Amino acid sequence: MAMFIRVDVNDELVAATDGLAAKLIEVCPVKIFKAGADAASVAVVEDNVDECTLCDLCLQGPEGSVSIVKLYED
Amino acid sequence: MRFYEFETKTILARRGIPVPEGSRAANAGEAASAAQELGGAVVVKAQLLVSSKAGASRSDESQAVDSPEQAATATEELLKIDDGGRGPRGVLVEKVHAATAEYSLSISYDGTAKQPLLLAADVAGNIEDIADAHPDRVVSRHFSALVPFSDYVAKEVAAGLGLNGSELNRMAGVIARLARLFLDYDLTQADIQTLARLEDGSLLAVDCFSDMEVEAKYRQKELLAEFGVGEEDTRSVREPTAFELAGKKIDDDDPRGIIGPVVEFGGNVGLVIGAGGGSLTLTDAVRKAGGDPANYAAIGGNPSVAKAVALTKLVLGKPGVDKIAVMSNVVSNTRADLVARGVIKGVIEMGFEPADKITIFRVPGAWEADAVKILNKYGVEYCDRSVSISEAAKRAVDKING
Amino acid sequence: MGVLVHKDFDFIVQGITGREAVNFTRECLEYGSRIVGGVTPGKGGREVYGVPVYNTVREITEQRKVDGSVITVPLAFAADAAYEAIDAGIKLLVIITEGICRRDAAAFIEYAHQHDARVIGPNCLGIIIPDVCRFGSLGGPAVDCRKAFKPGVVGVMSRSGGMTTEICNALSQAGLGESTAISIGGDPVIGSTYAELMPYFEADEATEAVVLYSEPGGSSEAELARWAKENNSRLPIVAFVAGRFMDDMHGMSFGHAGTIVEKKLDSPADKIRRMRDAGISVADEIGDIPRLVQERLDGAA
Repeated sequence: MAMFIRVDVNDELVAATDGLAAKLIEVCPVKIFKAGADAASVAVVEDNVDECTLCDLCLQGPEGSVSIVKLYED
Repeated sequence: MRFYEFETKTILARRGIPVPEGSRAANAGEAASAAQELGGAVVVKAQLLVSSKAGASRSDESQAVDSPEQAATATEELLKIDDGGRGPRGVLVEKVHAATAEYSLSISYDGTAKQPLLLAADVAGNIEDIADAHPDRVVSRHFSALVPFSDYVAKEVAAGLGLNGSELNRMAGVIARLARLFLDYDLTQADIQTLARLEDGSLLAVDCFSDMEVEAKYRQKELLAEFGVGEEDTRSVREPTAFELAGKKIDDDDPRGIIGPVVEFGGNVGLVIGAGGGSLTLTDAVRKAGGDPANYAAIGGNPSVAKAVALTKLVLGKPGVDKIAVMSNVVSNTRADLVARGVIKGVIEMGFEPADKITIFRVPGAWEADAVKILNKYGVEYCDRSVSISEAAKRAVDKING
Repeated sequence: MGVLVHKDFDFIVQGITGREAVNFTRECLEYGSRIVGGVTPGKGGREVYGVPVYNTVREITEQRKVDGSVITVPLAFAADAAYEAIDAGIKLLVIITEGICRRDAAAFIEYAHQHDARVIGPNCLGIIIPDVCRFGSLGGPAVDCRKAFKPGVVGVMSRSGGMTTEICNALSQAGLGESTAISIGGDPVIGSTYAELMPYFEADEATEAVVLYSEPGGSSEAELARWAKENNSRLPIVAFVAGRFMDDMHGMSFGHAGTIVEKKLDSPADKIRRMRDAGISVADEIGDIPRLVQERLDGAA
């Protein structure tokens, strides 16, 4: 389980945005996203979540489609 | 990367520098056969990586014998030598030749002139020792690595040794060949500690050693394959320990950033430290503060969290280590927050509390604000850039030695 | 004032589209450096943060002034990149690439010398005059770089890139600051040694003292000690030698190729003795450096 980062994906928003799923898989430098059940969805690779470099590249889609939570901030 | 003497002699012979007649033997039986074949007086020389450089024909590393039986006995004895945790790579059994004169040749790089430096003396032995004892007997000459080696350079050196006539030309021939093979094989050191002149005037490389640049392994593959030197074979001065091999595996398994070299020491202060110069400085600082390092490490190039986890587990899991110190110089590329995640995760995955096991975290620089938040959450002491490496090491040692 | 670079220093980056080069190009631009072009063969016509990319160095030097080049290309192309820059008339090269064989380094350094060009490195991070010019990748992101490097009076030379930042940070914390800091490189054969760079600091009005970081291996500390004895320098020198624990570990490798102790001259103990003999203050602990510099400055006043 990831201890430091949580990745929240709004599946509906991702599915509704053309090409976003593929883009997420492509841009993440530490491979946090992989192909989901269909071409319009992604799954989170739990083993890679703590490698998140906070590069924000996955946050470039519609607001709320993906959010990154720092579990050490509260 | 050190070559054994028999390997150096293979290179020399191939490039036209005569070496004594002889062969390598793996055991006493083979040595006896080799001595039998050569007939008469032979010398049996242990094939070593560590001490071969110390000097010419050291008595404890080679024995002159008169019969195959004696050669076998000598071999049994010589094969017991400890060569940095290894046994010798067999022995070299060679015919003994009577010398009328002896010389020493040495080539290495001179960082001041930034060129190869050729040293020659009219006495056998380790060139550094000769230079200390008889500086007047050493001839030195730089040469270019940019343009092809010219024979006149070798002649200048031979003339400097006081030679003339055919003696000069023969010596210049050996020097020129040595210089060319030094460049061609990417050697960083090529020494003939004993270059003997025989009755007939010919020259013979009796004792020698060479080092090849580790970085050049990729373009000397043919030679290394011939010598059976594998990718993993570093020919280091001592055999790597299980701990060191585990460290190397962590480094090899994940290309993201580096954590090594990981070196095992005997102490109790577990070190998760970086980077190159920072690790050297930190290891000194820990010792200066009265600490006894359990290991050396060098985190650099922004390693992944997983890699920092693995290093943490390796160091904290080492017998005798109860606590670790996580320290580095001010970082530019390596991220403090990713290192923090890695060491905390590693400790927790081992079933411990980070605050109990991590004595100090001194990794100032890139992303330190996030590192501070992570460390605060787990109650680990953080040092910022206002705390010197010396002071951080003192605090760590004080906590570990209680 | 400062050494080797200045506020109008125009440089290029060879290998600009590489992962690390992209990073430090942005960092340099944010710091205010003048990167006037980049080179990656086959990628001409692109841009990296607004910096135009060309296929060859000459395409740039034929149309404008270029004072220096940062070379950060893969190992196999590093020597070639150096020859290309020298032949294009560039006079100051910072070579970041690690792992270049001594034979290759010795060859292109000799070539540079013949063409009146200076090489810093290989295996270095470059040069910085705080708040004036950053030529290379010292200090990381501009915001971190400004924290560690502050304008001041100390010239710094270091065989370790990371320790350049560490030492400058300590000098900045102590209020001394740096005139120019140079990461000279960790390899056994480098283009510019301490002793060769000393005259530049000597001639620089902003520099009042010199600090150097050294490691086991090589003869450059002995060379500096000789220089210090032969030249009545106005500059006090404070040195730190890392890796003293290696004194009894001949032949062991810890990191940089240059740190292997191969000869008597190479050991930390020998270096410290020679430098002290030459009037150079050698810090016993890294944390003592700022205090020793201050003492030497006070003593000189």
